[in-house]
Amino acid sequence: MNGKKKEVRRRIPGEEFPAAGQNALAVEEPTAELLTELVAHLRENRTQLREEWARRITESQFLTAMTKEEVFKEATAVYDNYVAVLETGSVEALQAYALDLSERIIPRGVETREVLGIVLLLRDVLARSLFKKYQGDFALLNRVLDAYEPAANRIANTVAVSFVRERERIIRQQQEAIRELSTPVLQVRERLLILPIIGVIDPQRARQVTEQLLRGIRANRARVVVIDITGVPAVDATVANHLVQTVDASRLMGATVIVTGLSSEIAQTLVTIGVDLTKMKTVGDLQGGIEEAERLLGYKICSSADQGFAKMA
Amino acid sequence: MRVPILKQGKYLIASIQSALSDYELLQLRDDLAAQVGKYRTRGVIVDVTVLDVMDSFAVRTLRAIAQIARMRGAETIIVGIQPEVAFAMVQLGLTLGQVETALDLEEGLALLDDRTRQDGNRDAER
Repeated sequence: MNGKKKEVRRRIPGEEFPAAGQNALAVEEPTAELLTELVAHLRENRTQLREEWARRITESQFLTAMTKEEVFKEATAVYDNYVAVLETGSVEALQAYALDLSERIIPRGVETREVLGIVLLLRDVLARSLFKKYQGDFALLNRVLDAYEPAANRIANTVAVSFVRERERIIRQQQEAIRELSTPVLQVRERLLILPIIGVIDPQRARQVTEQLLRGIRANRARVVVIDITGVPAVDATVANHLVQTVDASRLMGATVIVTGLSSEIAQTLVTIGVDLTKMKTVGDLQGGIEEAERLLGYKICSSADQGFAKMA
Repeated sequence: MRVPILKQGKYLIASIQSALSDYELLQLRDDLAAQVGKYRTRGVIVDVTVLDVMDSFAVRTLRAIAQIARMRGAETIIVGIQPEVAFAMVQLGLTLGQVETALDLEEGLALLDDRTRQDGNRDAER
């Protein structure tokens, strides 16, 4: 990063040269020419520059999750893609490669910082090599950098964006999975549903839970619903309100709701923040809730063992 | 269009067929109030299955119907509130208060049977 800042500063005085002004006017041709020259230079010194880069990656302790050989292999691929982008100006192949690479390395715990770091390192290594080559001719160096910098920035940008996009895709996928797994509406008896809630409830999830429950009530023709919140770590005023809303909505569809599994901490919090839960039926644990629900539905449970003994006696 | 009110034994069933204007709602209220007395009804069921919106006026009118019917000796049950409607109602803070609800007409009739039987027993005990 520091190297980049220095380059920028060094370039600005160059604008004062009359040659620089002319250069700005004659845009296309010289840039393309310079890039070709640049690419040839990078191809020529491929082995050496690649090694230098791999050394700096190890030095900076990036990609510690990968073996040296793997780092070298990926480094070669990135290097070749990098040069290809400089040559053709099209980032599509690089984009595809970056997505593929991200897919492979994200599960191994490689972080955004590292990926961005190694791309910037390569940029720096190549820039230094250009400095070395053209240090005799400042005007030429200037033009070379003018051609190199935008392309290099675009590459760094492409790789970072691809990586982050892949990461976001994975996060979205996982969120979806959690959401679907976390709110089952289960029928345990005719007309009796249970809804165990596990994990934090946020407004979006609360809404989803309610909708799912209401659909479940209609589909199963439920008369009683037991909502078990043993797995909910904390309840605040918002969550309590969501619960009240869920209970009210279920009641509008003709179902009675029993809430179970309020831990002592949660009960204390609710009393402290003064949420009105008088409209809710609450029972200590899930077992008690189901028993209460069975009573409401007119079920009577008795152990067959007891009857057996009674017959024998 | 007037909401048809069907007499079914001791009960009256108001079966709403389409979205109702405020005027039609008031008309339903008045019709039910009159017929509860005329037929010596023990229970009223209002079927709102087809309604996909329930505004505050509708909710207030339904509550009024239930209160009027109770004063004239009949229980009222609202049946067929759709999941989306129920959710929207609680979001808007609209509640039916003490009015009873049931999933659909069948459930509503069963509930009314239950309620009137209890009342009957109480009457017999006296």
